[in-house]
Amino acid sequence: MAEFSEKYIVTDEIKADEYLVNIGPQHPSTHGVLRLLTRLEGEIVHNVEPHIGYIHSGIEKMTEALSYPQIVHLTDRMDYLSAHMNNEAVCLCVENALQVEVPERVKYIRTIFDELQRLASHQLWWCASGMDLGALTAFFYGLRDREDILDIFEETCGARLTLNYSVPGGVMFDIHPNFQKSVKAFITKFRKKLPEYDKLLTDNIIFQNRTKGVGVLSKEDAIAFGVTGPTGRASGFSCDVRKHHPYSAYPYIKFDEKMGTDGDSFMRWKVRMDEMWESMNIIEQLIDNIPEGDFAVKMKGVIKLPEGEFYQRVESARGEFGVYIVSDGKKNPYRVKFRSPGFSNLFTINHIAKGWKIADLVAIMATFDLVIPDIDR
Amino acid sequence: MKSFFNYIAEIFSGVWTLLTGMKVTAKYFFTPWKNVTQQYPENRDTLVMYDRFRGEVIMPHNDNNEHKCTGCGLCENACPNGSIEIISKSIVNEEGKKKRIIDQHIYHLGMCTFCNLCVRACPSDAIVMGQKFEHAHWDRSSFTKVLNLPGSKIMEGIKE
Repeated sequence: MAEFSEKYIVTDEIKADEYLVNIGPQHPSTHGVLRLLTRLEGEIVHNVEPHIGYIHSGIEKMTEALSYPQIVHLTDRMDYLSAHMNNEAVCLCVENALQVEVPERVKYIRTIFDELQRLASHQLWWCASGMDLGALTAFFYGLRDREDILDIFEETCGARLTLNYSVPGGVMFDIHPNFQKSVKAFITKFRKKLPEYDKLLTDNIIFQNRTKGVGVLSKEDAIAFGVTGPTGRASGFSCDVRKHHPYSAYPYIKFDEKMGTDGDSFMRWKVRMDEMWESMNIIEQLIDNIPEGDFAVKMKGVIKLPEGEFYQRVESARGEFGVYIVSDGKKNPYRVKFRSPGFSNLFTINHIAKGWKIADLVAIMATFDLVIPDIDR
Repeated sequence: MKSFFNYIAEIFSGVWTLLTGMKVTAKYFFTPWKNVTQQYPENRDTLVMYDRFRGEVIMPHNDNNEHKCTGCGLCENACPNGSIEIISKSIVNEEGKKKRIIDQHIYHLGMCTFCNLCVRACPSDAIVMGQKFEHAHWDRSSFTKVLNLPGSKIMEGIKE
């Protein structure tokens, strides 16, 4: 079990035996261009200061010059691992503002895509955090299985990562004739693969010693910092938007909100692994019951939102993703704000990594599942 | 003494869990036909992309060098990042009427994000998404393409 050092110092002056180390912006364990300015004493972390902005692309500002269907394709580029949830959030927001009721078929397709995207995202998280903790085999196995989902995406909507599949009023294409068959084949296959993941890493004693009890985030802190998603649920904070504010086809299905208790790195790991099983259950409930009908309602050529403010939240793979649109009645929004889950999750890192070793900081970051464009936007 | 036995037990359970993990990797090591790696540059001839794959915007022409584009400019408006430019020209047709037709449909591949909005916006299905994905090139200017072929005409019966 990793040791926790109580004697961290919380003053701003750098002590004689402290030194500053930049982790990143170009470091493999930060999963992107994130710079962590850490103050160390030996190997013990005294302070972590996340510096963001290296990949700031001004998406919120760019949206002010774009029409609503065009905004959707930009949201792919924020949290690229949960691209479809981001697309869906903007589309739902526009649909709610216009009081458009989408066909049932669209709701089912969107929900299946959400869960497939969540599986793909968690697979990539699993393999990348395995790699952070020194298990390179996990990286290849995770990417291998993720490929099947990306193939399903590619078959139906032509893209693998930046899907742009939802459009205001529906989805871009109808599902491919092979879609249901290939999704079912994938789930049968992946149900056999997931126990392998557990054998490879979750049950491994080295892995458990590196994660159990490391970086404990209490429930109160999780709520205070606005931590959502699997990270918040691992601390016992029930925050699943799918459960509390259901959208699309989530009201029609039965599923459990996977909760943890300890809030340590291992629990964050476990919640995500459980969510993969739950996602497969959700897909299995929906895949055979996709109702017939249109895959999109006819929208006007130029979509104009009524004057006002609109908010819509969805559960992306890393937490609550919110879209806040202020409209002044024109075809472009007056202002758009995206509430990204990664931003709130990242800034707990100083709070929970203090006093741990630098290798534990990597373990904490790995189980936070950070996507940097999601934080910077 | 108890902690000593715990220590020994942890070593053995550690070795055991390592072996469990290695059983998984050994399974794939001895069954290489289950591997899914594609030999990409070698399998180019047999590689087939999915038919909805969004590789690039192309304008299909028929055998008589005719396309369906009327030059209405809807794709230009739908494009979020200005990768399509429509240059039209006015001609006088047989009935003596002035008419605007397309001169050049310019497509900047380097700016394109392959979002498919232009293809959705096109009322006459003149542009579609192509299958080509190997776009790397030495020269940036080669990313600016003119989609309508030189000397091409609009097909008969396309509603303006």
